[in-house]
Amino acid sequence: MTTVMADLAVRTEGLDKRYGRTWALHDCTLTLPSGRVAALVGPNGAGKTTLLRLLVGLLAPTRGSVEVFGQSPTTNTATVLSRIGYLAQEHPLYRRFSVADLLRFGRACNLRFDSGLARRRLDSLGIPLDRKAGALSSGQQAQVALALALAKRPELLVLDEPLASLDPLARREFLQTLMGAVADDGVTVVFSSHVIGELERVCDHLVVLNHGRIALSGDIETLLADHRLLVGPRTTNNLDHTPSVIEATHAERHTTMLVRDGGAPPAPGWQPYPVSLEELILGYLRHPAAHDTGHAAEHSEAAA
Amino acid sequence: MFVFRLDPNSGVPPYLQLVQQVRQAILLGFLQPGDRLPLIREVVESLAINPNTVAKAYRQLEHETLVAGRPGQGTFVTHTPTATVSPATYTSLRRGLQSWLHRAYAAGLDEQAINGLFSTVHHEAKVEDVA
Repeated sequence: MTTVMADLAVRTEGLDKRYGRTWALHDCTLTLPSGRVAALVGPNGAGKTTLLRLLVGLLAPTRGSVEVFGQSPTTNTATVLSRIGYLAQEHPLYRRFSVADLLRFGRACNLRFDSGLARRRLDSLGIPLDRKAGALSSGQQAQVALALALAKRPELLVLDEPLASLDPLARREFLQTLMGAVADDGVTVVFSSHVIGELERVCDHLVVLNHGRIALSGDIETLLADHRLLVGPRTTNNLDHTPSVIEATHAERHTTMLVRDGGAPPAPGWQPYPVSLEELILGYLRHPAAHDTGHAAEHSEAAA
Repeated sequence: MFVFRLDPNSGVPPYLQLVQQVRQAILLGFLQPGDRLPLIREVVESLAINPNTVAKAYRQLEHETLVAGRPGQGTFVTHTPTATVSPATYTSLRRGLQSWLHRAYAAGLDEQAINGLFSTVHHEAKVEDVA
């Protein structure tokens, strides 16, 4: 039991976050084993940034709990935060600081900070240390911000939309640095993203967030093996109440279903096809209530 | 040094793409016994890929005894295929299969029927070879 707990980088239980009268997150329970690279996906307003900010202790839960390496990031701040690296959206830097100033600043603010490591990373990317941060391209700014976050030698790295503002080449270079850090130090990574196409090559864990709820979460390979597309004659049965059916689309004479059947043999006449990661994510985003028992009404403020 | 590629649109899981590329390269003689596969770190760097994926591909190849890891040195090709195929023969076999598949689909067979037919005929052919 203790080993299992120690192997978890992140664990949330019944996590709620409310801003005034709006629920940003509702009843989020998830676990992330350490050493994983997890993608957090969902539409705008799904609660991705809120969840990430809860993980790094920038927000406190309204209800429920968050643990990072077995400790709460809002009560054991000094010990937990030294193990977490965080990169906010748009990778903000002090624009008038030179890169070298930023490194000095980072070393002064952190218990653990490997300036040499950051310097070597930036050297290999040809980013000049005397340049003002504001004068760098957005790809270079992202690399500087990542180098600063990695200089903490974090065990958990949390990145909010790190790829959003980058062109394809800068995106590739950013992921190369990030995956290199995973290979070198075994850092656990959680990042939110809109770019679904790139995920399969870098991530081994998936969390799909929709309307403040977790629609799907787990090891990507296991999830892909558990789900399939079934194509067969058009069926008029009400499939919405069949728990294994995530999504059904009907054409004139045939029906296509996304099912979570764990690979069981399909009914006669139904042709199984493997599902891609993109189709899987989109299926859950289009039908957010399909997975649970569907108590969306409890979002209301009736209890308050 | 062997170079891996990754096709994000192929529908084949990334680790399996790496495994298939090594299998094919051994069959074609592009990789020979004693050749070193790139280090996991090198593959990660060039493809921007999750290191766990590369490690999984290498474990699978070791399990198939096509390669063996030597501690501190890397992963080396150990397998000598009983017969290598020339790239020209390989391409022509591939083309032949593609045109056969086009004919089968045109005749109205679906994937299940094609797989069924293939395994039946393959089984018969093996039985004939043994006899």
